[in-house]
Amino acid sequence: MEPLIDIRDLRIRARTAEGPEIEIVKGVSFSVRRGEVMGLIGESGSGKTTIALATMGYARYGCRIAGGTIRIGETEVTRLDGKGLQQLRGRKVAYIAQSAAASFNPSRPIMAQVIESALIHGLMDEPAAREKAIGLFRAMAIPHPETIGNRYPHQVSGGQLQRLMAAMALITDPDVVIFDEPTTALDVTTQIEVLKAFKEAIRDRNTTGIYVTHDLAVIAQIADSITVLRHGEVQEIATTPALLASPAHEYSRKLLAAAEPALRASPVTGETSAPLLRVSGMSAGYGLIGKDGMPAVLVLRDIELTIGRGHALGVIGESGCGKSTLARVIAGLTPASRGTVTLDGVDLAPGIAGRSREQLREIQLVFQMADTALNPKVPIDEIIGRPLTFFFGMKGAERERRVRELLDLTHLPASVRDRLPGDLSGGQKQRVNFARALAAQPKLLLCDEVTSALDTVVAAAILDLMVELRRELGLTTMFISHDLKTIRAICDDIMVLYSGRVVETMPAAALETGHHHPYAGLLLGSVPALRTDWLETTPAASLQVQGVPPALSSGGCAFFPRCPRAEPGLCDTAVPPLRPVPGGIEAACFRLDAA
Amino acid sequence: MNSATFSVHRGPMAILARLSRMIMPAIVLFWLAMAFFGHWVAPYDPAGIQDADLFEGMSRKFWLGTDYFGRDMLSRIIAGARYTVGISLMATSLAVTAGVLLGLAASAIGGFFDTAISRFLDALISIPSKMFGLVLVAALGASIPVLVLTLAVIYLPGCYRINRSVAVNVAALDFVAVARARGESTFYIMIREILPNMVGPVLADFGLRFIYVVLLLSSLSFLGLGVQPPEADWGSLVRENMPGLPYGAPAVIMPAIAIASLTIAVNLTIDSAFGRHAREGIR
Repeated sequence: MEPLIDIRDLRIRARTAEGPEIEIVKGVSFSVRRGEVMGLIGESGSGKTTIALATMGYARYGCRIAGGTIRIGETEVTRLDGKGLQQLRGRKVAYIAQSAAASFNPSRPIMAQVIESALIHGLMDEPAAREKAIGLFRAMAIPHPETIGNRYPHQVSGGQLQRLMAAMALITDPDVVIFDEPTTALDVTTQIEVLKAFKEAIRDRNTTGIYVTHDLAVIAQIADSITVLRHGEVQEIATTPALLASPAHEYSRKLLAAAEPALRASPVTGETSAPLLRVSGMSAGYGLIGKDGMPAVLVLRDIELTIGRGHALGVIGESGCGKSTLARVIAGLTPASRGTVTLDGVDLAPGIAGRSREQLREIQLVFQMADTALNPKVPIDEIIGRPLTFFFGMKGAERERRVRELLDLTHLPASVRDRLPGDLSGGQKQRVNFARALAAQPKLLLCDEVTSALDTVVAAAILDLMVELRRELGLTTMFISHDLKTIRAICDDIMVLYSGRVVETMPAAALETGHHHPYAGLLLGSVPALRTDWLETTPAASLQVQGVPPALSSGGCAFFPRCPRAEPGLCDTAVPPLRPVPGGIEAACFRLDAA
Repeated sequence: MNSATFSVHRGPMAILARLSRMIMPAIVLFWLAMAFFGHWVAPYDPAGIQDADLFEGMSRKFWLGTDYFGRDMLSRIIAGARYTVGISLMATSLAVTAGVLLGLAASAIGGFFDTAISRFLDALISIPSKMFGLVLVAALGASIPVLVLTLAVIYLPGCYRINRSVAVNVAALDFVAVARARGESTFYIMIREILPNMVGPVLADFGLRFIYVVLLLSSLSFLGLGVQPPEADWGSLVRENMPGLPYGAPAVIMPAIAIASLTIAVNLTIDSAFGRHAREGIR
């Protein structure tokens, strides 16, 4: 059978600021048959989005399609003029972008935007388009399909918006749908709902698609075959089961290995020492301080946690659960409103101003985005050297020697010293970020999503570095992430935050076994596995959880509105306390039997 | 200059744009040079009454004609550059320096300090600038220090607003949080962490602010409240030669052209210098 999409020897060139054009897509060829989905996978800069956009005859500013052919059905896309492209886009080829929130016009109701392309192409009249849109909303399992179209984009959740955008793409019954990382910006528990909706829509409509992602486990659920890209070149094209079972190319094997991070051996031996960090009864938030001494917006409530010396605690939760605030409170950047933070037996003042320089030195923060965590106008040796001067008064040759040592420790070449952060790669920047924190010789390292902005292969190297640092320096670390696989790979203990409260703590080994808090269970089940049938078989997919986490309330369990095991009259009246349940776990749930 | 690699713009407009990219900075440099070294190149003594008619036209002897006393207009304009450019430069530097420091402090300290200073300067910004200038100069007398200070005070609030908004954005970045968590002083955070990341906007603002100051100074002088005779800046030159208007004397139009050429040249120079810089991204 003739393939629907046929791309032959596609070359795309980009202008650079300094000099000649460079080729960013170097002769890529693949084809997709009708009703199949091709996954494009690769790290950032591999050209996957560029190729996907070229399928619509579009090249981003500064880029141009320099050669090759793109055939969709009977249409040769590269030969179309402006008018031809207009008829192609939105009608024959539709696009679903990564950030639906940024793709919707915030000042128009959703329905008007969803049916717009159908009206522009004159496919149907407005009532018919609305009817069709509501049908699509229903197919996408969007709640309140009849009325959600009247809302504005900010009035629906991120996961719903992503599905609404898919409905927008499908309204014209396009031949081809391009999915450009549509679930990357979502929490795992939301991602699973969106993936399920996409997969059903693709199956029901026999949609032909190109699915762009960096996440192998996600693409395994949707795609029939996968094209592995690197530096604008095809490394391997294989059917999904074949790629997962026996990747032929060495880079595919690397991707596969990085997708399931190996458990790193913890340097911690069995014995329990006195805790290094203890946080008790801590509440914190933002905004004006009220009469009761509590801020207007409470982000964290009654947090209890301890980290043993040399241990690594993983803190996990979805966006907005307060995990980053937790790190800021411990570092003193956001003063706690109530409760205590104790380091090494000494109570710390809530704010930076009240802490001694020595106390500040002992806790160091490593931020998620190395791009914003390093001052772009300061050379690397000054970035790493400043804490040395500030805390230890080091100068001149002594400081330079120590900077070299730190670069060595974080596996950076000494030549980066006089460069600016902008000249470094993402992984290198993150290493500098670590080197700066280590320069202070801290007792406690707070790592906030340190691998989230990195490609999987680079992130794996950073995880290796962290384990090495823990082993060599005996560092105690708190590792904040939204990614359970990463946390599982390097932490000794895991703490689950939901809506500003601790809902579960457990030793990492108890993750696969034991009885979990319903939210922790959902989280665990929502992490895509590297199997093609995961989406159909995971119990989390059948949990019909809907809605967004409510604002932090004191009335009952915060998870009550979403919880499949909630018992009205019990769970919505009192806040469940943390108590031991089987498997060495402590969970805050009334519905779990005590150990 | 690698402007050639951005080959999207072609045709006459591109040539015009490229030409203006070279000519405009040259005009700015020319006027700067005249302000500082003009007295060496001026053909005549600007105050000396030449053996000539009043409001003479352009001639080989007097390139830009003569004024209402029969003085050489070219020498007068060159001498005037010293006042127009010099006073404006001093006033702009003062306004921008104060604006940057206050903006930095407001963003780094925040809280009540930020609110207090912002509201005070907002109140100042609400006074019409020409009225405010007229009142101040009329009350304090028109001397050069008073002019410089008046102009600086008038343009400080706007400058503060821009710099504060740039600084607040930089101060929200993680590297500033890292410096705070380290226990660095507010001054260190202001100068070493935030300031280097706002150089582009500060310089662009400096140039634009300079244009406003030139125009306001010229208006004040035109109204007789600026630079006082026998000295004259370009605004005063236009005013004192007004009687030459019926005769079509170049003495009226030439100082006005000088003002226009300076302001337009500064504006376009900044556009080409920082427009591209901004597009390449100050990440």
